[in-house]
Amino acid sequence: MTPALTTSETALGGEVTGGAPAVRLSHVHKTFGRPGAATPVLDDISLDVAPGEFVTLLGASGCGKSTLLNLVAGLDKPTAGSIEVPGGRPALMFQDHALFPWLTAGRNIELALRLAGVPRAERRPEAERLLELVRLGGSYDKRVHELSGGMRQRVAMARALAQGSRVLLMDEPFAALDAITRDVLHDEITRIWAERQLAVLFVTHNVREAVRLAQRVVLLSSRPGRVAREWRIDLPQPRRIEDTGVADLSIEITEELRGEIRRHGKH
Amino acid sequence: MASTDTAPVPVREAPAEDAPLRIRPAKDAPVSTEDLGAGLDALDSVVVQRTPLAQTLREKVLPPALAVVLVIGLWQLAFSLELTDTYKLPSPAMVWQSLADLWTQGTLFSIIWTSIWRGVSGFLAAVVIGTPIGLLVARVKPVRAAIGPILSGLQSLPSVAWVPAAVIWLGINDSAMYAVILLGAVPSIANGLVSGVDQVPPLFLRAGRTMGATGLAGARHVLLPAALPGYLAGLKQGWAFSWRSLMAAELIASSPDLGLGLGRYLENSREASDMSGVLLGIILILFVGIAIDLLIFSPLERRVLRSRGLLVANR
Repeated sequence: MTPALTTSETALGGEVTGGAPAVRLSHVHKTFGRPGAATPVLDDISLDVAPGEFVTLLGASGCGKSTLLNLVAGLDKPTAGSIEVPGGRPALMFQDHALFPWLTAGRNIELALRLAGVPRAERRPEAERLLELVRLGGSYDKRVHELSGGMRQRVAMARALAQGSRVLLMDEPFAALDAITRDVLHDEITRIWAERQLAVLFVTHNVREAVRLAQRVVLLSSRPGRVAREWRIDLPQPRRIEDTGVADLSIEITEELRGEIRRHGKH
Repeated sequence: MASTDTAPVPVREAPAEDAPLRIRPAKDAPVSTEDLGAGLDALDSVVVQRTPLAQTLREKVLPPALAVVLVIGLWQLAFSLELTDTYKLPSPAMVWQSLADLWTQGTLFSIIWTSIWRGVSGFLAAVVIGTPIGLLVARVKPVRAAIGPILSGLQSLPSVAWVPAAVIWLGINDSAMYAVILLGAVPSIANGLVSGVDQVPPLFLRAGRTMGATGLAGARHVLLPAALPGYLAGLKQGWAFSWRSLMAAELIASSPDLGLGLGRYLENSREASDMSGVLLGIILILFVGIAIDLLIFSPLERRVLRSRGLLVANR
């Protein structure tokens, strides 16, 4: 193993600094269904994301990754435990771009600005700036269906940034893209994350992607989701998905993930 | 890894140092994300082309025109072969003559206008009434449970069935006409909106909520625009129902107060055993229905669908 990697076994990670976290989950439980016949989905999840920290949540299907993001986004309430996002409503990106097809790329961003309370006169220039940021300057008037999959996700990224939140939640945002486009978007999100000093909570089932992007990888077990283990990654950014450091750690984490999945076949 | 001495298997040469195999450019010449991204964008972008006018004419206008010519030709043929009595089947030229008569009498436009005015104003009233009903049914669960099934059931009730009731309630007058139009069109407009709202992808609503579009802002910025295609389909059907209901009402209800509309003209021609007039009436009713659809609803619907990329260019 590369000496650059250290493994931390603690559930409560986060930066060592004493500052307030950008996201704090304390003993979060979530069950679905009626009382009595309820299925636990998340079991005692405690997790901090420091301001400016990039954390990926990794897990097999049924680990409640998306449920967890919905809870942090405020789209759903935990059954027990608490979720704090001191900076207010976080932005959320989905696997599907979820751009509104009745608006142009620029107008989609302007709607987010408007809902975030940005005055009318500032919206258009700000939308243009955000499009520049995701390297889509000049695409303001493009309709969503005129953009490629990668471009749509970049507009979605710009729209998420338009909300002005310091916390960005990403729910497998690149899962539907081809490998080369995904590589490009990995570079983009790494660049924007560093430039804007965002706290990112990124859900994926792709181990390499998790290692490529994150400062910290959190592995969730399945049914119910628990924090199984986490890794701090000190490899320098920008990384490439084919870097040996990334590959080595990916192999280790994949082993662990397989172990988690195997446990479910045993009863 | 360590190969034992006994194994004759050719072992690959151990890589020097621990250097891994890297498919990667040297540090001083990294693949620029910008260039790569720009290349991908250029390759993947969808070029939306509009069909040229000549092609539209050739593919969209010519075939129906030919079909109409063919029908008139067969009609003329049937007339020339004297398949039946002339009073049952007049020639196209005789129907044309009836049209010319109406024109010279100066009543053609007033007949058409009487009906269009009634149909359009009744339809607009149906929009004003049907839209809030549709919204209520779509978004308020108890309302939906209570009147949702009745509303969709009403769609299958021919609105001509309302004519006797409307005449008894309101008398033979314009109010009865409008009542029949409303009873025919309101359910389909409301139902169109309901299905439009139902078809809004839940992802849009979630995306809207994460951006803070809840309550009225959510309805205005997400729900209603997303439901527009379904609503437009409902409006289109609502117009068809308005027009049908009105013609049924005009045919059945007869009174000098009502003025001469297309339905009445048709019925008057029947009473006078004037088959040319009857055919002309049918053709004019059909013509108005098609014209309004082609001039108003189809372009509107096409525009909305095209702007959303929902209309695939036919090739």
